[in-house]
Amino acid sequence: MRIGSGSGKKLTLTIEKRLESPGALRFVIPSVSLLAALATGAVFLFLMGVSPFEAYSAMFRAAFGDGYGISETIVKSIPISMAAVAVMLTFTMLIYNIGAEGQIFMGAIASAAVVRYCFVDSAPAMLLMMIAAAGTAGGLWAALAGYLKARWNVNEIISTLMLNYVAIHLMDYFVYGPWRDPASLGFPMTAPFPGVARLPLLFGTRIHMGLFVAVFLALLFFVLIRHTRWGYEIRVIGENPRAAGFAGMNYVRNVILVMFISGAIAGIAGMCEVSGLQGRLQHGFSAGYGYTAIIVAWLSQLHPIAILFVSFLIGALLVGGETLQIVMRLPLSSTLILQGLILFFVLGGEIFKTYRIRFQREDA
Amino acid sequence: MRKRAVFLALAAVLVVCGAGFAFDAIPADKIKPGFVYIGPVGDGGWTFMHDKGRVEMEKAFPGVASSFVESVPEGPDSLRVMETFIRNGSKVIFATSFGYMDFVQEAAKKHPDVIFLHCSGYKQAANVGTYFGRMYQARYLSGLVAGRMTKKNVIGYVAAHPIPEVIRMINAFTLGVKKVNPKAEVRVVWLFSWFDPGKEKEATKALIDSGADLIAMHADTGAAPQAAEESGVYVIGYNNDMSKFAPTKHLTAPVWDWGMFYKHYIDQITKGTWKTGDIWWGLKEGVVGLAPYGKDVPEDVKKLIETEKTKIISGSWDVFAGPVKDQKGVVKIPQGKTATDAEMLSMNWFVEGVKGDIPK
Repeated sequence: MRIGSGSGKKLTLTIEKRLESPGALRFVIPSVSLLAALATGAVFLFLMGVSPFEAYSAMFRAAFGDGYGISETIVKSIPISMAAVAVMLTFTMLIYNIGAEGQIFMGAIASAAVVRYCFVDSAPAMLLMMIAAAGTAGGLWAALAGYLKARWNVNEIISTLMLNYVAIHLMDYFVYGPWRDPASLGFPMTAPFPGVARLPLLFGTRIHMGLFVAVFLALLFFVLIRHTRWGYEIRVIGENPRAAGFAGMNYVRNVILVMFISGAIAGIAGMCEVSGLQGRLQHGFSAGYGYTAIIVAWLSQLHPIAILFVSFLIGALLVGGETLQIVMRLPLSSTLILQGLILFFVLGGEIFKTYRIRFQREDA
Repeated sequence: MRKRAVFLALAAVLVVCGAGFAFDAIPADKIKPGFVYIGPVGDGGWTFMHDKGRVEMEKAFPGVASSFVESVPEGPDSLRVMETFIRNGSKVIFATSFGYMDFVQEAAKKHPDVIFLHCSGYKQAANVGTYFGRMYQARYLSGLVAGRMTKKNVIGYVAAHPIPEVIRMINAFTLGVKKVNPKAEVRVVWLFSWFDPGKEKEATKALIDSGADLIAMHADTGAAPQAAEESGVYVIGYNNDMSKFAPTKHLTAPVWDWGMFYKHYIDQITKGTWKTGDIWWGLKEGVVGLAPYGKDVPEDVKKLIETEKTKIISGSWDVFAGPVKDQKGVVKIPQGKTATDAEMLSMNWFVEGVKGDIPK
């Protein structure tokens, strides 16, 4: 693109592809994008009649200001980071699992089924059984779409998305129907889980053991994807399925396997959420974590360790947003606009990683 | 009947635990009431009316500065919202949806010096009071209009959750319908949600397609009246006067005046006379009532409503006075008896004339 200006000497602005992407850009670009988003948001807050500085500091204090804020931010980030690792894995091989939300629900349903039908009075046995059931349920749910993709090339974006609604309705069936707590007087939720089916809490906060699971999974998949033969295979399949085929890599098997593992991770995220935080299965229990995870995975550039940090930041946005309503008396929509601005700028900033703008002076 | 026994035992325990002493007076500027809302304040219904009540209260008590958080799901997030209010200085929390109940209890245990007021719940504590209105009385009156105005004798009812609150309202409405039109039936469709304008609209259209020529609704927004207006079908709103959503087809609506509660509580709290308990006000106190009638509502129904209203307000008769039969024709409330508050609060059966199931 060329934009001309003036006469005589012409100043042109060129957008051209970078030949190489300096490592420092990985940090500079998102930081500058974030600042640009906050500056735009400041104008908006100013127009709303509040002091941008006060608003931002209130948000910051709520999310990071003390132990409570940090703990709640972490609580929010646990399911998001696990689901993000789940979708990251499929995105790495250019398979688009949009169904983490449904897989989270399947994991939660399976955990509740274990509590209801296979109760044993031992926390380790109970929790391991719940994790195994949740992983299997989420995994099979995703593998179904994976099989359709690998076998008949059914578009996995559509099939995983559709399966989300099926899973959500399936859960509604159980919580409104056979599993409903008789003491709830008809409100759609199961009875509270017994203590042995609850993940232990840490430091007297609502942070639960799911935190360790989330960190462990991020590290595990960092190693698996970057430092193993299998990881190499799925990266090659992602970049060039034909070449991968010529090299003897099994496309069908890997698609189904990766989808299964991805769904299993999301299922375990669902288990951690019901067992660690909610303590029962309830209508509408996931606040769209499976969808937030997709954004997080891209913001992290499919890097498992980056996912942990980005999830933490997204959690902070969610937690800090409420304070904006309480302290600054702003409506919910203004916090949504701020969150939207940040995502827009940070994702939009990505373009500067592969392209650069140059100003040139040319003689007419 | 086991459920009822459980409920009564529960109620007894609550009374014992709840018989606390009055809280010390809190100065107006220290109260900073925090309102937890299930939907956006612009939902045009439930949350809109609570917020109207909040603003009225602020006007009546100029020193009180309140704030709210919108669209808080009935899950663990609600606990964090209450906690955040308290960390920002709130001494009183109004939690305005049923599903916040257990989270209110949890927060109340942690903060014995904060007063929690939970709308439509049944669990109290020394620092947790509950409030709701006898909306079933206004529902009954609106049923009289519906029964008179239906031509095909099929009335559609868009209903949120199959919980006693909603079931009680459907029953009261149907008793009103039957009083003036024994041939009419009330068809129920469940939304399984308080706030879902898309679903509310769809359910309304489905009921109209199945033959209903009048719609009543129990959901948080004006989507059902809108859909009814589009289809040219009469509608009875809920929460507030919903005639702006259905300018030509709106007949009336059972409406809330939450400001009465909020003014009452803040008054007591500033005077130091508040103690825990349950408030269940009705037509008599004016917390519930009917919205202005649409132009098509005939005079004879208006007169009948006045008579019935007077009976209810005087206390000589109430909506659930026997004999009342269930869907199978079994007498649930015998002649000469009236349902007690406990029975109404745990109601999980439909009266004769309702077509629909309560998910078991």
